[in-house]
Amino acid sequence: MVLLTRKIEFAASHLYHNPDFSPEENRRVFGKCNNPHGHGHNYTLEVTVAGEPDPVTGMVLDLKDLKEILEREVMQRMDHRFLNYEVPELAGQIPTCENIARVIWQLLDPKIKQGKLHRVRLYETPDLFADCYRNGAGGAKLS
Amino acid sequence: MRSSAQNGDVKIELGRRYRFAASHRLHSAELSEEENCRIYGKCNHPYGHGHNYVLEVMVSGKVDPATGMIANLEELDGFVESEVLEPFDHKSLNSDVEAFRATVPTTENLCIEIFRRLKPFPKAKLERVRVQETSNNGFEYAGENPDGFEG
Repeated sequence: MVLLTRKIEFAASHLYHNPDFSPEENRRVFGKCNNPHGHGHNYTLEVTVAGEPDPVTGMVLDLKDLKEILEREVMQRMDHRFLNYEVPELAGQIPTCENIARVIWQLLDPKIKQGKLHRVRLYETPDLFADCYRNGAGGAKLS
Repeated sequence: MRSSAQNGDVKIELGRRYRFAASHRLHSAELSEEENCRIYGKCNHPYGHGHNYVLEVMVSGKVDPATGMIANLEELDGFVESEVLEPFDHKSLNSDVEAFRATVPTTENLCIEIFRRLKPFPKAKLERVRVQETSNNGFEYAGENPDGFEG
């Protein structure tokens, strides 16, 4: 099995606010991420697909196809958007790195027909990221 | 907020990177001077040397629907600060960290010690730690029997 990774970047704004919390709780739990007008990040997304290289093309999947899927499912939906208000898949959720990574997984998984989606890694900053795996696939596998 | 008891059909891990600078010397009391010199090379120089270490901590758990988080970053940062950064940063690993009085502070052993210190984090499951000693060498430790480890 070979793992193939493609990386894209997008810029978006968000804020953390739970309407069930009091204003004090929101400030305490979310800190400056609760700033009512939001703030933004340059997100880096790494998408890893697992599969066997096709003996004829040598490819796990055609990178052009993956690029188009990422463009359509992620870039057009999230790039230069306010995640809380403009991405319906995130409605009713706090747009943390964890939740955005899961939404991206759910968007990409059914679209990848060649190979199998193995990992979605979303960096909010270089020092903070979330990994999403298929349950039971074992994120702790050493390589 | 939308409630979901579990993460559904996916597993989510949160990764956070930290930095500390420390000195060490690789020297084993069980080896002769010549063997120490041969095995550890310049890492055996008597007064030690230092690195800017980069520590990557991976935790997993249920994403709390109320906060959207596996673990509150302030709590994770505070735990890593008190358990690892405060005792290790700008210290001599050999002299200032009890665990390395009798154990050679290679980055392999450093990974194991950091994992041991962070394992009790109460708010999420520690999956693994990765320590980058320089930009060219990094080490990972996921405990004795990590999930999915095909050893």
